[in-house]
Amino acid sequence: MTKIKLALAQINTKLGDVDANLEKHLDLIERARARETDLILFPELSLTGYTLQDLTPSVAHRPSADDPIFAPLLKASHEIDMVVGFVDEDERHRFYIADAYLSKGEVVHVHHKVYLPTYGLFDEGRFFAWGDSIRAFDTRFGRVGMLICEDFWHISPPYLLWLDGADILLLTSASPGRGLKDDDRLESARWVEHTNRAYANLFTCFVAHSNRVGYEDGLNFWGGSTVYDPNGELLAKGPYHEEALSFVELDLNQLHRTRARLPLLRDERTALVQRELERILNGKGHTGR
Amino acid sequence: MTKSNLSINTDLARKILTGFIKSELSRVGFNKAVIGLSGGIDSALSLTLTAEAIGKENVLAIRMPYKASSQDSLDHAQTLIEQLGVQSLTIPITEMADPLIALDSEISKTRKGNIMARCRMIVLYDQSESFGGLVIGTSNKTEILLGYSTIFGDSASAINPIGDLYKTQVRQLSRAMGVPDSIVDKAPSADLWANQTDENELGFTYEEVDKLFYLLIDQRYRVEECVDAGFDESFVRSVLKRVQRNQFKRMMPPIAKVSNRTIGYDFLYLRDWGT
Repeated sequence: MTKIKLALAQINTKLGDVDANLEKHLDLIERARARETDLILFPELSLTGYTLQDLTPSVAHRPSADDPIFAPLLKASHEIDMVVGFVDEDERHRFYIADAYLSKGEVVHVHHKVYLPTYGLFDEGRFFAWGDSIRAFDTRFGRVGMLICEDFWHISPPYLLWLDGADILLLTSASPGRGLKDDDRLESARWVEHTNRAYANLFTCFVAHSNRVGYEDGLNFWGGSTVYDPNGELLAKGPYHEEALSFVELDLNQLHRTRARLPLLRDERTALVQRELERILNGKGHTGR
Repeated sequence: MTKSNLSINTDLARKILTGFIKSELSRVGFNKAVIGLSGGIDSALSLTLTAEAIGKENVLAIRMPYKASSQDSLDHAQTLIEQLGVQSLTIPITEMADPLIALDSEISKTRKGNIMARCRMIVLYDQSESFGGLVIGTSNKTEILLGYSTIFGDSASAINPIGDLYKTQVRQLSRAMGVPDSIVDKAPSADLWANQTDENELGFTYEEVDKLFYLLIDQRYRVEECVDAGFDESFVRSVLKRVQRNQFKRMMPPIAKVSNRTIGYDFLYLRDWGT
């Protein structure tokens, strides 16, 4: 498969009402399926809403066929692949901000958010456990990687996914809008767009980002979901602050063309990185985490 | 003092703030709103945003003059009501306020002002019930920080669309949204007594203090850095002191914690819980 039809589901959610959010997912999945979409990407915590606080334990689900929320999603995944955002509760009752990749009735991969912003307006570390792994995984479109919001405000997670073989980064967020200035977009929107475009350039890969819209109390979520190709060209963009289902076709042969011109992946000195990282991290002043 | 650029994209502000009003009303089952319209710029902007967000027919603007209120204020409010085509009521508060004021012949201007502000709050919340709309706030970021308001009076509201805009930005957005010049250009006044103006009472201009707030609050400058940026040190310290002293007006009253789970400390849900 060299061409993928991707849908970015830029949605609002009901805070803590998983059943209502599931209905919306199934509706959009059906609309995307009717347009012969291969993959639909929902935002961070798309099944629960973002500012969960003490709601966290009551909205958690296990991504399995016997879960009442995942059963219908897994059923729908026979016809269309999907990434959904949810709260994952592990066997020992730790709660994670999670994305699940579902395909052909199977849970292909679950990513637990590894960076939980706990500063400024954010308080995720108070309610959630830190994810502990960053892994690319194989899909019917090739190898991809998923990251959630703050994960890609740090440079190392996308870098690790790149080295682990991901040619498509699937990024999800519920990014609260902030930094209103005399500019055509919010400061937070500009930051994310710059950064995602830079990843596409630096890693010569596809970068797809699905961001939430709507409000939670005074917070606004700005949408503006984007897809960049391996040249850093913008292929699609959702509107700011409005719900949208945007469709875009990814031509995977662009990876071949870009990397023939610009062999950044071929030339990446991973052993050098490893040596220097070991030296730096084993040196004085580094305690590691 | 070139570091404080308070200029905003008014189209974007308009989109976010009208979206906020629409969302935060409708998700709790309301499609109507009530606003006290003083004739000043803050309530004019809140009203304009609300009318755009939910439709003029769903908005009730209420003028609540006291006998000492200026005729200009009433007229300016009326001009905006007619311009926007919103529903309106005029409910004078003199007969509510005067019996209480008359109990003490020595009553201070501040106490009288507070009584008026709280009478208006009572009228708004009464009309909220009768009209079936939520009370929209009209306090801007500058006055919230300065604590230049009456607690449980003009600061009382269900939601506040303009509380993160400095006065300077309120002016910019008001102009962009067509609030009449007569309202935008006049000296800001609480109009609690004749010839009162905010800037006389505060001892500095909004433009001046907004520039300072932008550095101090938004850009997290330390006092010394504000002084380096050209602000007088005693001005910076007195403003900071004022912000600190008025923190109580910005918070729910603290609850004394005795149990394992206490409202405000470890019982944490957004207002939008379940919506």
